[in-house]
Amino acid sequence: MRSSMANFAKSNVPRFSVDVYQNEYLPEGGSEVNAVVTVTATGGGTIGSAVSAPVHAPGRQPSAAVAIMVDCSGSMDYPPAKMRGARDATAAAIDALRDGTRFAVIGGTHVAKEVYPGGGRLAVADATTREQAKQALRRLSAGGGTAIGTWLRLADRLLSAADVTIRHGILLTDGRNEHESPQELRAALDECAGRFTCDARGVGTDWEVKEVTGIASALLGTADIVADPAGLAADFTRMMETAMGKEVADVLLRVWTPVGTTIRFVKQVAPTVADLTARRTEAGPRAGDYPTGSWGDESRDYHLCVTVPPAGLGQEMLAARVSLVVPQADGSVQNLGAQGLVRAVWTDDMAASTSINPQVAHYTGQAELAQAIQKGLDLRKAGDFDGATAKLGRAVQLASASGNADTAKLLAKVVDVVDAATGTVRLKTRVAEADEMTLETRSTKTVRVKK
Amino acid sequence: MSQMPRQAALPKCPSCTEPVEPGDLFCGACGYDLSAVPAPPQDHPTLTMTGSAGADDGTAWPDPGPAGSDMPSAAHLPTDLPGTDSGDTPLPGHESGAGRSPGSGVRFDRPDEPDEYPLQAPDPRLTAAPAEPAQLCVACRTGRVDSDGYCENCGHAQPRERDHVERESGPVAAVSDRGLRHHRNEDAFAVGHTTLPDGTPAAVAIVCDGVSSATRPDDASLAASQAAGDTLLAALPRGTHPQAAMHEAIVAASQAVNALAEEPATAREHAPHQNAPACTIVGAIVTSGLLVVGWVGDSRVYWVPTDRTAPPARLTEDDSWAAQMVAAGLMSEAEAYADERAHAITGWLGADAYELEPHTAAFKPDRPGAVVVCTDGLWNYAESAEEMSEVVPADVADRPLHGARVLVGHALDGGGHDNVTVAVLPFPVPPQGAGSA
Repeated sequence: MRSSMANFAKSNVPRFSVDVYQNEYLPEGGSEVNAVVTVTATGGGTIGSAVSAPVHAPGRQPSAAVAIMVDCSGSMDYPPAKMRGARDATAAAIDALRDGTRFAVIGGTHVAKEVYPGGGRLAVADATTREQAKQALRRLSAGGGTAIGTWLRLADRLLSAADVTIRHGILLTDGRNEHESPQELRAALDECAGRFTCDARGVGTDWEVKEVTGIASALLGTADIVADPAGLAADFTRMMETAMGKEVADVLLRVWTPVGTTIRFVKQVAPTVADLTARRTEAGPRAGDYPTGSWGDESRDYHLCVTVPPAGLGQEMLAARVSLVVPQADGSVQNLGAQGLVRAVWTDDMAASTSINPQVAHYTGQAELAQAIQKGLDLRKAGDFDGATAKLGRAVQLASASGNADTAKLLAKVVDVVDAATGTVRLKTRVAEADEMTLETRSTKTVRVKK
Repeated sequence: MSQMPRQAALPKCPSCTEPVEPGDLFCGACGYDLSAVPAPPQDHPTLTMTGSAGADDGTAWPDPGPAGSDMPSAAHLPTDLPGTDSGDTPLPGHESGAGRSPGSGVRFDRPDEPDEYPLQAPDPRLTAAPAEPAQLCVACRTGRVDSDGYCENCGHAQPRERDHVERESGPVAAVSDRGLRHHRNEDAFAVGHTTLPDGTPAAVAIVCDGVSSATRPDDASLAASQAAGDTLLAALPRGTHPQAAMHEAIVAASQAVNALAEEPATAREHAPHQNAPACTIVGAIVTSGLLVVGWVGDSRVYWVPTDRTAPPARLTEDDSWAAQMVAAGLMSEAEAYADERAHAITGWLGADAYELEPHTAAFKPDRPGAVVVCTDGLWNYAESAEEMSEVVPADVADRPLHGARVLVGHALDGGGHDNVTVAVLPFPVPPQGAGSA
């Protein structure tokens, strides 16, 4: 089943469409309804499919503000290539700023310092300010501890002062968040959530994967490892280009469900797995909003699972209605127009009610894959090698069956694959730390269903 | 209808608003499952009554109207056959859609779909637009029905126009119901009456059953029944022999269903592996002396004499696996119908049918009676001619709509496992204008 609804009315916002993939048929007494909801934004800052770079048309582009947070803790000098790499990467990101974009560079240690432009302000990107910012990067030096919460709070202060559509941060760290408590970081993330989005990167191998992925997840950005500092510049350029392509911020997935319905989960499942279930905010009778962050020209998939009160054979009901809204300054919301209907139809046709929608099956597998990798690596660290072998074997099997080649490659650096089809693997005795961290960081990456 | 244990009942049927009696399990008028409806809140919504019917004789069935009226009752759907009365005048209610009451269950003036749908927490800018009068959900009786046809409180889909359809045309009447187990009605019918060149009346009924394993079976049955009905009502006044007209009608129905397979190319791109739309067809024509039947598939015609001491008969032979096994002498009837393949049909209308073989037969009954044209949704609960005869009311020839309702009720009481459609024609067809009683 497929349904779609698009809205053409809004001019300066990409056009959103919602497609629902599900098997709506339930057996007698059945109550669990699964659907994959594909949200696609088009007509934003790119032209056609061949051009992926943003179109630079001043005045038409959405206004944006970006804060780059660079780890300047003492460890960044060991090896010195890290600090050099961070400087080069920040310079590359500055080069990728669209003219007119507000920006700031923050140096992060156990405290946060404005590196450029300073004075609690944001600079406006042009040739002069780009050059000034790159000059200022030379003053970046390593020394001190790591308290990421302070960096985020400073970024929030700077970004919130700007009257712009898109607020985004880029955060680079090389070590653990040692100079504040996890609670302090959590509090900073809670404060910043919904105010700006943030990509997080770990350079080297001395940082904590769960800290970096936790920052990205809370602030609806991407997380990745850049094991070799030489790769930072290219990665920063890509991140900045993506940020410049964003057209609309703070999009909420609004899910309405009828009386008596329980939402089992709402997960983003492509391009990465991110469980949004606990991030619901109520939005009127029987409706809740789930944050999705900012959107450019892109498409994401969500897996929605609800339990409905069983109805009689032949009955049909709407199990959920999915739409997209953007909060407005006056407290109301702008409805982006697209909506998807998730239905439940009870039938005694066993062939209809027992078949599983291919999209739902695929993403159920991808979510299990991410979980198997995370569990497997945790068990391996805890010394439970049998458990780790079982979990990572299952991961190999799922990655192979679903065609997730990137994840399969990463898995093959951690386990020796005997038979991918049955998930028979042996743990490698020696695994490079970078390989294990890469697998863990990227475990949530999914592939879309083969069409 | 049998009286069932007392249930929370509504003063009016939520589907058709006919009054219902306390203790009714199903609506006497439309067969709606009243047991599925929770007790209503005390404040009843204002609903428009569709007719003047009321329980009159101690049964749950509303009075279908004065028997012997030579004018048919108003139709229930705008898709009625363009029937005429004997004076070639359009039937009442057929002139145009204007002037119908909005409570007739038909939406004549549905506004264009809005660009944006008001959601559960409606944007004030959107709800400022003039809304249709708030319609209460038939399932929970508390929620409003949204523009997609679902309740904004409990989510339940609202009854669709085709869930229950009744129609009368002159002496012929038909009732179609979704049944209790299927989520939509894939049956369709057409009824009409006309005048032969010699001035004598003729009545026709066509019943089609969509093949569920095919794409859009509901579209197939609707297209087939309309095409066949139109063909009969055009051919008979021209003097075409009724049996030839029936053959033409089945061919026309077949072409109409075949054409559906070509229609939405985009839909087929999205689902290239789906089957072409398909349905069965069965029809009957009654004149002053002749009874003609025609069929493809396993929908049937039964003959039930008014004098119940005379034997009833089934007038059609199913295009089904079981019937073929029996006809070929390979299995006994009991063996064949016990097989799980029994109901697999071997003939149907549709682009992927092997070869169209319309069956027609003509009869000259020697006594008055009624002709029952039905889908397997009925005959599964009254398979043999004798069983059918037992459930057909004695006054069916005088009150065909009532008879059709009773037969649909029989199928629903039996479990309503399939869509059920029944058309009833009296034989001989009563002369027009002279009072049919």
